[in-house]
Amino acid sequence: MSRISRRNLITTGLAATAGASGLAAAAKLARRYGLIPPDGGGLYGPGETLTYAAQRLLTRHSMAREFNPSQVSKPPFANAVAPLGEAFQRLRERAFSDWRLTVDGMVARPASFSLGELKSFPRRTQTTHLACEEGWSYIAQWTGVPLSHILDVVGTLPQARYVVYRSFQADWWESIDMADALHPQTLVTHGMNGGELPVAFGGPLRLRVPRQLGYKSVKYITHLTITDSLKRFCKGLGSAAPEAGYAWYAGI
Amino acid sequence: MADSVWDPTPASLVLATTVRSRHSAVVRITHWITTLSFLALLVTGVEILISHPRFYWGETGNVLTPPLFKLPIPASRSTVPTGYGYVLPDQNGWSRYLHFQSAWVAVLTGLLYVVFGLLSGHFRRHLLPARADLSWKGLSTVISRHLRFRPASGEESWSYNVLQRLTYLQVIFVLFPLVIWTGLAMSPAVVSAFPAAVAVLGGQQSARTIHFFVSVLLVLFLLVHVVMVCLTGFRNRMRAMITGRPAADREHV
Repeated sequence: MSRISRRNLITTGLAATAGASGLAAAAKLARRYGLIPPDGGGLYGPGETLTYAAQRLLTRHSMAREFNPSQVSKPPFANAVAPLGEAFQRLRERAFSDWRLTVDGMVARPASFSLGELKSFPRRTQTTHLACEEGWSYIAQWTGVPLSHILDVVGTLPQARYVVYRSFQADWWESIDMADALHPQTLVTHGMNGGELPVAFGGPLRLRVPRQLGYKSVKYITHLTITDSLKRFCKGLGSAAPEAGYAWYAGI
Repeated sequence: MADSVWDPTPASLVLATTVRSRHSAVVRITHWITTLSFLALLVTGVEILISHPRFYWGETGNVLTPPLFKLPIPASRSTVPTGYGYVLPDQNGWSRYLHFQSAWVAVLTGLLYVVFGLLSGHFRRHLLPARADLSWKGLSTVISRHLRFRPASGEESWSYNVLQRLTYLQVIFVLFPLVIWTGLAMSPAVVSAFPAAVAVLGGQQSARTIHFFVSVLLVLFLLVHVVMVCLTGFRNRMRAMITGRPAADREHV
């Protein structure tokens, strides 16, 4: 015990004070620059915040790896989905001609697009990797409208910070920040491997976010809401994933 | 019981309690933080692994692809054909949260330790083997002493022998960097910024497979490490890593 000297106490005290004020300053800066994820509170908040902040500082504009068409997985693996129900079947029978993608929230011109309209928009085709948080993965060629184009068409307001997207499957909803929403590889996808996007892979419409794990690429999307805050959406954690115990940011 | 195996002589004991510390405060603190975060990484790593206990080589792999190998265990997801008629409880959510949070703790602690080790001369003095010890004769002496369960002498137990030094150096400078690298190489966002990090490994599934094997080596190290601590005097070794001073119960002698 004799080892605890006054000098040690003073040094420790000063170090602790410096550390605490350093953390407070870092937290303030992180909030100001949007580096705190919506699930940044709670037990795992520090780790999530470090991951998301580090990613946003290092990878904001980086491009997901694209592969040669020869590397496309044959056959790709379609993860199981809950039964889609009769309403979906009726839409499917009419070749999804009645499928709508509604866009609202902080936009100058809220809109609702048919599948045909979306297919007439400029398209991008890219061969990217899709990795599931379980550990498996496949490569496929995806075709779709860059989400940034749709955001241009509806006139996103400058205060927009997130895009919330909802699925035909009522309990699936997700959101991404503007860095991912405006990223050129984030596609409202309607085609896969040269054909229509199969239902098993999310057809008729899937939002592909290739810089994040598969669960952020929600199938059967019907609704986009542009917002400046995620607090108003359900529990305020940003998406269905944290409500089910998974991280909101899945770029890891 | 086992304490008697390596007890220092009274002379070195006096020296020990008055002058020397077996482990510096930074080494002790970083040791225990690393221990806690490694255990958390291990438990959550196993939880994440059982959601898909199959391994592949290259960029892609899924249940439609032939695996490199699969572990003969049940899975926590029904999509994986394991041959077992049941599915384990799925703990992937919190396991992933805790895995990455513990990884941050381990990496930041490791950085502090490495910077300290370089600046303070800890690596040079305590972990870099002497050139003479690296000879066949030096190595074989230590190995034969280990095989015959000969305890280290009093003065020797104040430093690491050549086998310990080589092992610790490999854990610190090979296994830990490799497990961090292969972990990051599985991140879709990290590899978007640093594609070479995964390209040189042969793909994301290769990174996952290497991550698994390096983790197995780290667990093997942990087991041998704990067994050696027990064999060479659990109480003294623990005391040395907690308070810095072995044989503290005789301090007032």
